[in-house]
Amino acid sequence: MCSRSPDRAAAAPAFALAAMLLLMTACEREERRFEPPSPGARVKTEQRASMIASYERNAYAVATGKRLWTWYNCNGCHAYGGGASGPALIDDVWIYGGDALSIYTTIAEGRPNGMPAYGGRVPEDQLWQLTAYVRSLAGFATRDSAPNRDDALLTRPPEALGDTRKPETAHPSGATVQP
Amino acid sequence: MSEALHDVQAPMGPQASALFDLWTIMLIVCALVFVLVMTALILALWRARRGGRGGSLATLPDMARHPRRDSAVRRAVGWATAVSTVMLVGLLFASFLTDRAIARLPLDDAVQIELVAHQFWWEARYDVHDPKLAFFTANELHVPVGRPVLVTLRADDVIHSFWVPSLHGKKDLIPGRVSTFAFRADKSGVYRGQCAEFCGYQHAHMTLFVFADDPADYERWSAAQRDPAVEPTNPVERRGRDLVVGTTCGLCHAIGGTNAQGRRAPDLTHIASRTTIGAGTVANSESSLADWVADPQRLKPGVNMPPHDYNAEDLAAIGAYLASLK
Amino acid sequence: MTTRDDALPATEVGRVDDGAAPRRSSRPKLRDGTDDPRVLKSLEATWTDDRKLIAWLCTNDHKTIGRRIIVTALGFFAAAGVMGGLMRHQLATPNSTLVGPDFYNQLFSMHGTTMMFLFAVPVMQGFALYLVPLMVGTRNTAFPRMSACAYWLYLFGGLLLFGAFATNTGADAGWFSYVPLSGPQYGIGKRPDFWNMLVTYSEATGLMLAVDIATTILKMRAPGMSLRRMPLFAWASLVTSIMIIFAMPMVMLGANLVQFDRMVGTHFFNPAEGGDPLLWQHIFWFFGHPEVYFIFVPALGFISAIIPTFARRPMFGYDAVVLSLIATGFLSFGLWVHHMFATNVPELGKSFFTAMSFMIAIPTALQIFCWIATLWTGRIVIRTPLLFVLGFFFILMIGGLTGIMLGSVPLDLQVHDTFFVVAHLHYVLIGGAVFPMFAAIYYWFPKITGRMLSERLGRWHFWLFFIGMNTTFFPMHILGLHGMTRRVYTYGPETGWSMLNMTATIGQVINDLSMFLFVLNIGWNFFRGERAGDNPWSAPTLEWSVSSPPPPYNFAALPVVSALYPLWAPKRPPTHVRGLSAQIREGLATTVLDAKPDVRYAYPSPTIWPFLAAVGVSIWLVWSIWSVPGFAWGLIAPTIAFIGWYWPSKREALEELEWEKEP
Repeated sequence: MCSRSPDRAAAAPAFALAAMLLLMTACEREERRFEPPSPGARVKTEQRASMIASYERNAYAVATGKRLWTWYNCNGCHAYGGGASGPALIDDVWIYGGDALSIYTTIAEGRPNGMPAYGGRVPEDQLWQLTAYVRSLAGFATRDSAPNRDDALLTRPPEALGDTRKPETAHPSGATVQP
Repeated sequence: MSEALHDVQAPMGPQASALFDLWTIMLIVCALVFVLVMTALILALWRARRGGRGGSLATLPDMARHPRRDSAVRRAVGWATAVSTVMLVGLLFASFLTDRAIARLPLDDAVQIELVAHQFWWEARYDVHDPKLAFFTANELHVPVGRPVLVTLRADDVIHSFWVPSLHGKKDLIPGRVSTFAFRADKSGVYRGQCAEFCGYQHAHMTLFVFADDPADYERWSAAQRDPAVEPTNPVERRGRDLVVGTTCGLCHAIGGTNAQGRRAPDLTHIASRTTIGAGTVANSESSLADWVADPQRLKPGVNMPPHDYNAEDLAAIGAYLASLK
Repeated sequence: MTTRDDALPATEVGRVDDGAAPRRSSRPKLRDGTDDPRVLKSLEATWTDDRKLIAWLCTNDHKTIGRRIIVTALGFFAAAGVMGGLMRHQLATPNSTLVGPDFYNQLFSMHGTTMMFLFAVPVMQGFALYLVPLMVGTRNTAFPRMSACAYWLYLFGGLLLFGAFATNTGADAGWFSYVPLSGPQYGIGKRPDFWNMLVTYSEATGLMLAVDIATTILKMRAPGMSLRRMPLFAWASLVTSIMIIFAMPMVMLGANLVQFDRMVGTHFFNPAEGGDPLLWQHIFWFFGHPEVYFIFVPALGFISAIIPTFARRPMFGYDAVVLSLIATGFLSFGLWVHHMFATNVPELGKSFFTAMSFMIAIPTALQIFCWIATLWTGRIVIRTPLLFVLGFFFILMIGGLTGIMLGSVPLDLQVHDTFFVVAHLHYVLIGGAVFPMFAAIYYWFPKITGRMLSERLGRWHFWLFFIGMNTTFFPMHILGLHGMTRRVYTYGPETGWSMLNMTATIGQVINDLSMFLFVLNIGWNFFRGERAGDNPWSAPTLEWSVSSPPPPYNFAALPVVSALYPLWAPKRPPTHVRGLSAQIREGLATTVLDAKPDVRYAYPSPTIWPFLAAVGVSIWLVWSIWSVPGFAWGLIAPTIAFIGWYWPSKREALEELEWEKEP
């Protein structure tokens, strides 16, 4: 039964604040980055890692990376992440490192045993988007920004529903990271 | 292109004409109904004022029955409703007859086009049934005047809609479904169409031009489209070709006769023969091609093509090469 | 009239022996219907809410909730109007850079979603909630706590959607959110999730209010108010409520299917795995077409309430109008494929929907003819409400006739998804709902607030809005015929669309001016307006028999009705019900057809649980956007709230038992 308590307006700001904090995270996730952050400029190595992290939190970047994954035929060797002639990307084994910089270097400069170098053929921004997508495939990206099922045949669990892993900064094999 | 026609009221083919006739009938009937009903309303208002018959909120209304007046009014309302119903049935027949008329295009000797809608461009594959005759183009269709065109409609990603108002109504392109659509252009000219189902950021710039050519011109055009890309004639164009084929472009675009064979983006074999870039976004010219390659996002934000990091000299070379691909 | 309770000797009532019951037989029972001044005081005390924040959150008075819904809905109307204004400014000139494509997509999606889900349907239900109990002669609606919860759900849903919009997460796939654009692959981020959530909120709100209003109309009418003596607005509300009950669950189903696709990876709309994008269109439009009638039919009710008053005569053709309302409600479920004529559903099937779309014009035409007949044979008094009704005729007719054009399959293939449709929908919605809504506001503002609005400002508002509306939307018909498709954020100068677009934008500025005058009118006269008496318009229905604003208990004694227009017809005894309690909140339920007294009904008391239930549901829905297990864990919150809500109160049960034992 309703009691006679005299306070006004106390509940409202608390609710509003909580809602706002929750929704503030939306700003980075929902930004539509049509232009690369610094077109034409070279990004320093130290900045690359944090840049890729911000790409991983941006849903549009990860979704674009997914589109590019299909368009540049990554499936041809990596088969939706499960691996064929190329290694699987949805498991725990990272030959050359599973952190963002290592993955970026793998895509940009290629690796021995068949991974081609896409740097120079693919614009820099797209390399970051692809890196962000691979990280989401592997379960490193935040759930909010990871894409869900494709409008296509089901080949593996959707990226957002796979196992999540803690973001790594150093890769497990102990190999050094190429700048 | 300001001379392109895009008007439901300027039909240039048999279906658009049938639809225009139906539009005219409906417009006349509906306008007539509107005028009649509004007249009745205005007369009702005027009657109330005439001779001081206006009412007052101060007095209670007359609740007595008026059987003669009421039966006259009831007859009027009954007749009005009956006449409305008859008109509606008439319009219904007109609609059915038009529906049948537009479905009955003779399809002998039809030009066969497969139209695949993407975000945010139109892919056109002519004569796919015969590899010797097949060719690809984008965003601009050429059709011969007087011959039917049978279009197979597919969508690659989301729902789009094909609509060229001066030629026919629209048809949606729905992923997972294949539909067919037929039309015929009876007068030569350029007809503009636009994607008519919201498909994302650049739905506004998904224009389609249909060039209705004389049959001889059409044959010339389609023969030229079947040829591989023009070879570069000077060092600048050669440098442009090397960049286009050797760096990014070939990953998504195709240029016939070269190693660039990507099918994710518009076919560039005869890009210079088209009037616009980016499905109607900008007019096609050497400088606009270079601008587009440098940063398409500035001209069409949200398009699937990224900006590129070429220096000015390389960009000019690319522009020159693409502009040579007639 | 002797009420049932007077006729029954006390011994007939069952006794419940409960030793713990407080012995109240010593306190005198005050019953309504007498001239005793203590009775009015007691009624006042029983029915008034405290003036505290917590009481404000607990209230279940239909008038308070109805007012809140209307005010909130008008707030959303203003917000969506601002969005519309931004869109018009962007489109006024070719290649404008005022707004980019991404934000424009959010603008038109939010504009449509807000107008349809957060303004148009709620405002009609808000008016119904306020007016129906007063019109049918009862003290509150049948399920007051449910209506209270419905309001909070409505508010929270709207605030959450706008909160999302403020953080760049507004809906951006259009107000009908087609898949695959709103699906898991192409609906990037959380934007479509918020849209789906808003739909769930709207559906729950609409359904709760509809059930409440329908039950009130069917079971709580004043004795003697048989169905054929029920005001036409109550009929319209009944038809609307039943339509809502059938149609709203479909859209919630659809939105949840899309959510499952997006969150859990189901394949309802994935053609590669056996789903179909067209499934969404069918589900949505099965709701979507009746939805526009949820907005239109109550407006028809407004018109039928206002015309007799200002024509100073009973409505001509009452039976025909009732049957037309029912027919419209029924037929509206058979039209939905006319939104899908451009798809490749079979042609023969589409023709059936053309026939149905044409058919629904007939009941509407009949109503229009009956209204004109009423005006023709009446003695007209022109006041602002009637002006808006006349505006309705002009604008709705144009909208309805373009609707006939759109209903024809072949013609629709030309004008579907163009500005012709935008013109049509604004003509029918503004003409068919917004103009009647303004008429209703001007008509019932004196009753709701006790003050009159300014006639002069009202007329200026009307004429500016009428001119502005036509200037904005008429050119759009032509734009559509000239090839301009919907939902484009810009266009090139070579299209030749600039001049008509500029004209439309000028019209929109005129509309803004008219709304400013309206706000001025309301704002000034709410505080300083001339005091209205009980019945400033000398109108015939029951709400005008009580003070303005009505007392918290609506009627000091429930009326007994013996005519369709109770305040115009001579009164016949018995005139009132006597004997309901003035000490607990009691009402009288009557039979469905003839409104013979049936049961005495104790209303539930105000409580915080509906508010908490809405908070609980919000926790559940928001959590489930972010996490799949949240869909299950989040249910704990509303479960607790509903348990609290339904938990019986011993004290209240005993109080009511006292009145049952000794009626």
